[in-house]
Amino acid sequence: MTAETRADRLAALLVAVPYARFLGMSAELAGDEMTAILPFSPHLVGNTALPALHGGVLGAFMEMTAVMQLSIREPALRAPGAHQPRTIDVTIEYLRPGRALTLYARADVRKVGRRIANVHVEAWQETRASPVAALRGHFLLRLTR
Amino acid sequence: MTVDLEALAALGARMVEMTPHAAALGMKFVSVEADVGTLKIPYRDDLVGDPQTGVLAGGVITALLDHACGLAVKAAALDADPTATLDLRIDYMRPARPRRDVIARAHCYKLTHTIAFVRAAAFEDDPDDPIATAQAAFVRAGAAPKDSV
Repeated sequence: MTAETRADRLAALLVAVPYARFLGMSAELAGDEMTAILPFSPHLVGNTALPALHGGVLGAFMEMTAVMQLSIREPALRAPGAHQPRTIDVTIEYLRPGRALTLYARADVRKVGRRIANVHVEAWQETRASPVAALRGHFLLRLTR
Repeated sequence: MTVDLEALAALGARMVEMTPHAAALGMKFVSVEADVGTLKIPYRDDLVGDPQTGVLAGGVITALLDHACGLAVKAAALDADPTATLDLRIDYMRPARPRRDVIARAHCYKLTHTIAFVRAAAFEDDPDDPIATAQAAFVRAGAAPKDSV
């Protein structure tokens, strides 16, 4: 199987994963570094009084960011039909209310072992230095090679 | 203290109907009792995370567990004060089975003045065969995260 380019793999994932479309997620690539983007939409609100994004949206968006970053990083995971990394565990830290603004996230792949990857993700809105939430997680790699 | 289960059930129903993201996910109120809240999400094709298998996205389970934990805090604190999630840890034991509804049951096992501690599990029909388990801490009203963290 030939490895797709990172951009092709990313575009294919964003179209093929129904839940990414449900959230309204997109992404930009700079080399192998991906910035995930989630424009504000009323269906993402968890607290109408503030208003604030649902905690589950922040967690879901960061988890999807980690999975997509892993999927485009490893050539074996970029192969057509390769299995998506599967989440083993995530720890989500909520630092500030997510406001009615676009949300961004970047994933930092800390370690890729033979079967398991460790990934840290940070999500921010207007100011990267003031993150809204962070996620640390382990992901099972299901390589096809 | 007598727990008014009818009032709690009404609160639980409002918590899913009046929260835009819960409503968008099709979340349903199941039941509430002292310190415990149960919610579910019926299976839907547009919530799938892995198109090869038809398994619901992990994020759907995350949002369901988070919301059920919030209901459990209400069922323990017995007030309408808002809460904010401080942290949430989720362990995924296995993929959700395709085309099955997912239930989340959360238990608020400790309340302090500022923090509520909650455990939860997501499953299809057997709580002893969980898809995922969660451990969460919530900040109670009066201690908004931006002031305290």
